[in-house]
Amino acid sequence: MSTMTGKDKKFTEVAQNKENDTTINTSNKTVFETKDLNLWYGEDHALKDINLKIPENQVTAIIGPSGCGKSTFIKTLNRMVEMVPIVKVSGSIAYRDKRIFDPRYRVEELRTQVGMVFQKPNPFPKSIYDNIAYGPRIHGIKNKKVLDQIVEKSLRGAAIWDEVKDRLNENAYGLSGGQQQRICIARCLAIEPDVILMDEPTSALDPISTLKVEELVQELKKDYSIIIVTHNMQQAARISDKTAFFLNGEVVEFSDTNELFSNPEDKRTEDYITGRFG
Amino acid sequence: MKHVDSTQVQNRMGTRLLINKLAKSIFFLSTIFGLIVLVILMYRVLSQGVEWIDWQFITGKLSTMAENAGVMGPLLGTFWLMLVVAPVTLILGVGTAIYLEEYAKKNRLQSLIQTNISNLAGVPSIVFGLLGLTVFVKGMNLGNIILAGGLTMSLLVLPIVVVASQEAIRAVPQYLREASYGMGATKWQTVKNVVMPASLPGILTGSILALSRAIGETAPLVVLGIPALIIPFPDNIFDKFTVMPLQIYYWTIDSALVDEYANLAAAAIVILLLLLFAMNSIAVIIRNKFQKRL
Amino acid sequence: MDKNINVRDMIHKNKQSMNIGRVWEKMVPKVLLSIAIISILTTIGILATLTVETIAFFREVPILDFFTGTKLKPLGANAEFGVLPLLTGTILSTIIAMFVAIPVGLMTAVYLSEYASDKVRRTLKPLLEVLAGIPTIVYGFFAYTFVTPILRTFIPGLDPTNILSPGLVMGIMIIPMVASLSEDAMSSVPSEMRQGAFALGATRLETTWRVVIPASISGIIASFVLAISRAIGETMIVTIASGSSKNFTFDITQSMQTMTAYIVEVTGGEAPAGSTLYYSLYAVAMTLFVFTLIMNLLAQYISRRFREEY
Repeated sequence: MSTMTGKDKKFTEVAQNKENDTTINTSNKTVFETKDLNLWYGEDHALKDINLKIPENQVTAIIGPSGCGKSTFIKTLNRMVEMVPIVKVSGSIAYRDKRIFDPRYRVEELRTQVGMVFQKPNPFPKSIYDNIAYGPRIHGIKNKKVLDQIVEKSLRGAAIWDEVKDRLNENAYGLSGGQQQRICIARCLAIEPDVILMDEPTSALDPISTLKVEELVQELKKDYSIIIVTHNMQQAARISDKTAFFLNGEVVEFSDTNELFSNPEDKRTEDYITGRFG
Repeated sequence: MKHVDSTQVQNRMGTRLLINKLAKSIFFLSTIFGLIVLVILMYRVLSQGVEWIDWQFITGKLSTMAENAGVMGPLLGTFWLMLVVAPVTLILGVGTAIYLEEYAKKNRLQSLIQTNISNLAGVPSIVFGLLGLTVFVKGMNLGNIILAGGLTMSLLVLPIVVVASQEAIRAVPQYLREASYGMGATKWQTVKNVVMPASLPGILTGSILALSRAIGETAPLVVLGIPALIIPFPDNIFDKFTVMPLQIYYWTIDSALVDEYANLAAAAIVILLLLLFAMNSIAVIIRNKFQKRL
Repeated sequence: MDKNINVRDMIHKNKQSMNIGRVWEKMVPKVLLSIAIISILTTIGILATLTVETIAFFREVPILDFFTGTKLKPLGANAEFGVLPLLTGTILSTIIAMFVAIPVGLMTAVYLSEYASDKVRRTLKPLLEVLAGIPTIVYGFFAYTFVTPILRTFIPGLDPTNILSPGLVMGIMIIPMVASLSEDAMSSVPSEMRQGAFALGATRLETTWRVVIPASISGIIASFVLAISRAIGETMIVTIASGSSKNFTFDITQSMQTMTAYIVEVTGGEAPAGSTLYYSLYAVAMTLFVFTLIMNLLAQYISRRFREEY
């Protein structure tokens, strides 16, 4: 494995791959396909040879013990991982028919189509309305009537409209943690992404709020492809269609959720889901 | 055999505690020493000056006759000076801070700019005066007008605004930036719509403090060669001017000749301090009002 | 509600018309960099101004005469330009100021950091900041019209303008600076270290003296050095209260001139550009600048080199 430094080399690597790699799956059944994806934080090899195909309009759960690279993996899918300055990547990721590391494919465009919900609710210190309207506004939608419709539609989509419709102009920080997280989901829906990445979205929430978010995920998968990282195996079992088990930066097993939990192929998966470690 | 004689320890304990108590009193006295001086200074200035403050003094023109003198000219000069300093320092200071915190890579250029700013903060104000004299007054041939004074003052207080803005920008949590980038916002959109609004209170507080420093500074303007008696009121940035601290300076050194000038200086000091007090109060209000958020 | 709005399409359409934004996006870092460069240009401006005119000065007055000359007589036929009278004025006023600022400032820092309750500290610190926020011209007025007359009742031989009074007042002005920088250094000493001493039966004073001050000594010394730099560069107090006598003397009851006060006097007197007098301004300013720069760099070095690792 050759080591690469800096973005430029990373791109060259990808560009070279393009020549001899014709097996990209452009069918609309798969939203993401990773090929030999490796990632380093400095010297730390965080992702090792990841080869995954993430299906459309399904919920894909990523599980594994802390530090196994599951968060790093989904942050690579929308290139948020590059906010850490010492990151190096090799291999390729295709989002539908686009190679995401291709310099001609702008990262802003990728992130418009691949939305993200973070571990800790992170609304802006602005009104609820301005939080939801943020995405449409930065993408050039200024018409007040259109924005009103988008805000209502998104809040309904995140099942929080009834709770906040009378106080759209209040600061989002006045809401409870669970409500804040659904505001963040609504904010993400406002630009109608294709895929939604969720990085342990319920880890900071109480059980009732967690349940609401889980129900919401089930609802959303009709229109969106969802990839959710969770440290909670029951949650993965409840809400996902497919599950990938990560360990030490590798994918140990990736299959239908029912299959993985009832009949794991790998001994390590079995140990993990039966609670022998992690 | 015991190495520690407990009776001896007991005996010495009393003395040690007494010394500690004594020291505490001395430290406390030191602390309030400065405050006592502050009270004396305030009392002295008020008792000398307050009787001289009337409507005529505030709105009148300068005059060599003590009883006819008014400070409207220097007050307007201070006002016009701020009209130059405020926008210039805000643009330069916040721009530099955004560059250093959001755009600059951690390389030699970045650390050069950073070190340079902390060293500039330690350069005596009178040296900035010479810079202004050489570059703005003589080099650009502006003469000692408001614009030249304002630019000189702007460079002097620039480090204060840069450092305060940097701290405010650094205090914006990373997760807010992530939320913005996560929706496909560009860097500038994120800076403009997320980082700037969230750091605005800190930036404003720092800028007001920088402005009040500029209002109280005398030395750089003395160096620009502003004469002692400027009677016409300034009404644009290309006019000649004087400011409150400068007028206080001239009245103070001439008080050896005319006793009443000391009273005029004291009266002008009262007005200057009130002005500074008002500005600092605004800064504190802004800080308290917005601190609860986030 | 119109169910047919399609945000994806709208965003896609807007993408085409957002080229201006994209150009601006590329310009922003360059615009900001050029703004940031202005601070560097300021330094270059200061250095260039001072250097060019100082060199011109040394063409007319030998550098050795300048630094070893005890006579400063800038006007008249036989003008002499020795900087020593100004240097002694500056150094003496700084020493007097440090006699006030260092002990009082340090004891204030000890009180605030080690003895005062949270409530007391929260009341006292803003009040000290008020002291620091008063314009220097006000201190100059105070020294000249109040402190000097009082001192003269104790010291009969004191001149109406002298270096003692402004030195003392300058010291008072600098107290808050020493106090707040030293307090920052002391309060960053972890409380475990103090508890270790307390557990052995040490009093608060012994703990402060043996544990807290040694552990924060670099920050404390750096604060002293910065205070010295501040005193060297201070202008208005000495200009007003110490007069303009250019005598080479060490008698603090006499009028003396500092480097800063000399600059004020010469610029105020409209020295014709190109005259030796005019150039001497820059030579003195250069000396002043170098002195303060060395102090500032020294302070940075001390606090970086001897930073304690807790």
